[in-house]
Amino acid sequence: MSGEATAPLIEARKVTRILPGIVPTTLVRDIDLVIRPHEFVAITGPSGSGKSSLLYLLGLLDMPTAGEVLIEGKVTTVMTEEERALARLTTLGFVFQFHFLLPELTVIDNVMLPMRALGRLTREEMRTRGAVLLSSLGLADHMDKRPDQLSGGQRQRVAVARALANEPPVILADEPTGSLDSKSSAQVFEVLRELVHGHGKTVVAVTHDVAMAERMDRHVELLDGRIVRDDMHRLESQSV
Amino acid sequence: MNLIFDIAWTHVRARLRQTGVAVAGVATGVGFSIMMASLMQGSQDDFIKQLVNAMAHITVSDERRAPPPQPAERLYDAAEIHNLTPEARRRGIKNPLATMAALEPWLPGGIAPTVRVQAIIRYASHDVATSIVAIDPRREGLVSDLPQQMRGATLAALYRATNAIVIGDRLSEKIGARIGANITLQTSEGARMNAQVVGFFHTGVRSVDESTAYVLVKTGQILARQTGLINELRIRLKDPMIARDIATRVERETGYKSVSWEEAHEDLLSAFIIRNIIMYTVVGAILLVASFGTYNIISTITHEKARDIAIMKSLGLSEFTVRSIFVVEALMIGLAGSLAGFVFGYLLSIGVGSIEIKSPFLDSNSLPLAFSYKHYLLAGFVALASSVIAGYQPARKAARLHPVEIIRGAT
Repeated sequence: MSGEATAPLIEARKVTRILPGIVPTTLVRDIDLVIRPHEFVAITGPSGSGKSSLLYLLGLLDMPTAGEVLIEGKVTTVMTEEERALARLTTLGFVFQFHFLLPELTVIDNVMLPMRALGRLTREEMRTRGAVLLSSLGLADHMDKRPDQLSGGQRQRVAVARALANEPPVILADEPTGSLDSKSSAQVFEVLRELVHGHGKTVVAVTHDVAMAERMDRHVELLDGRIVRDDMHRLESQSV
Repeated sequence: MNLIFDIAWTHVRARLRQTGVAVAGVATGVGFSIMMASLMQGSQDDFIKQLVNAMAHITVSDERRAPPPQPAERLYDAAEIHNLTPEARRRGIKNPLATMAALEPWLPGGIAPTVRVQAIIRYASHDVATSIVAIDPRREGLVSDLPQQMRGATLAALYRATNAIVIGDRLSEKIGARIGANITLQTSEGARMNAQVVGFFHTGVRSVDESTAYVLVKTGQILARQTGLINELRIRLKDPMIARDIATRVERETGYKSVSWEEAHEDLLSAFIIRNIIMYTVVGAILLVASFGTYNIISTITHEKARDIAIMKSLGLSEFTVRSIFVVEALMIGLAGSLAGFVFGYLLSIGVGSIEIKSPFLDSNSLPLAFSYKHYLLAGFVALASSVIAGYQPARKAARLHPVEIIRGAT
């Protein structure tokens, strides 16, 4: 596999996450996982298997109780809150089950939000880039609408555009099609697939839709907080 | 940062009614603070004005602050003389006209000569210790408001009778003397004189109205048994606030003890400091209460926007950015409240100033007010500061929020 030679983008080493409480809940236990560039990874498992928890840990939204997560070779557990925020801003893009757009902002403003938080472009450059992103996702006509004026599929595509705003190499998606009808689901799936195969991104998507997972390049299955399966489906795509 | 401002603005705008209530709270606080400050300042200014106008701004008397040094002491450093009664000097300011002429060119105000004699007024079995001030009616207008404070006659009435006297209205009530009454003056040196009351005056300061009488300089000199005596120069300045400095200079140039009104009323002025502390405490409390409204709305917004905060943090906005958003919101409320409060406070002040009051203790029939931009700046500053403090706590809590907890709850 040519993928073996490239450095891992995200690496989980013996990651355990336990929610403290009167009865501590173990979300994931001793997870070892390596995500390499240009992978299209599905994480599946039944409810409560810890698939979303794993994604949050990989995306630095949560901190492991034990073990460590490396982003582009850097240990994140020793980072400050600000450094982790910056890593999320530049390296990772998130898409959630619900679109999670800010309701008061227009579509284009939502997409520009991460860019403005990073502040590396001028206002016009941000606007242009946001417009290009939205157009590529078929939303050119909806830029100045508010999120509640869009359909579910459209909103989710806006969320994808926002995740791509700062050109992160990795997109983490948590049930991206979970709240959509089959037609919109297919659309969003196509968008994600295109990101990997067309634009060389890495996508890690949590889903309960096994049929969809089978159509992705790699399939990681969780059960009770442990990885029980890690299959490569389409090795030919690794050479892209 | 622009982004912080934008998001803060959308939040504040989205909750227009609540924002309005918070702004109104701050505005009310600022408004009442301004009104209170202007009322307190106004009454203080009014009081000082009465105080200042009741007496000369600077009184140059024929006393000296330190006993004159003995000739031996002046010549030899080692000489020290004890138990020596200072030599008796002839009372009065030496060469008063020359002294006045020397001061007048640079003095920013007027100066008038006075003879001050302590006497007892006897009338109809009343004995009242009185301070007799002998004046020159033509110059008196330069150093006091006495010509305007006359009741029943003008100051020129002093020329109309031999040994004419003008007494305070309260003194006249006390002894029951009316215009035309013949009273007896008796000094400690044994001088005795009959005088005719030709008019009354009213300064509004009780202690003055109760125990002061005015006569002509010539009459005063007879009472003091010393012709040509001038034992006090009274100075009125255009700006009473510089009296202290001018008094120091006058004292240096003439060698005579010069007392500014501030020095004479140090106890009262220190009472004003206490009054101001009370005022600022009350004003601070009003603004503090107003800031609870700000705390409330920022708190509500952060609760309401918990999901948005989680989103922003998951996108990679830093804690500082998120915290700043809410602090900026508090600032916006504070700023809007302050500006509205300025208008409200101004209108309130005008409203209070137009209320008519009939009081036997006040000469004017409306409340005294002072308008100063300082009151506005102070109230605005305190309102802004307390808004930021009120907003900071919920903002910090919101920024600390862990995005996963909210995202997990939502899915």
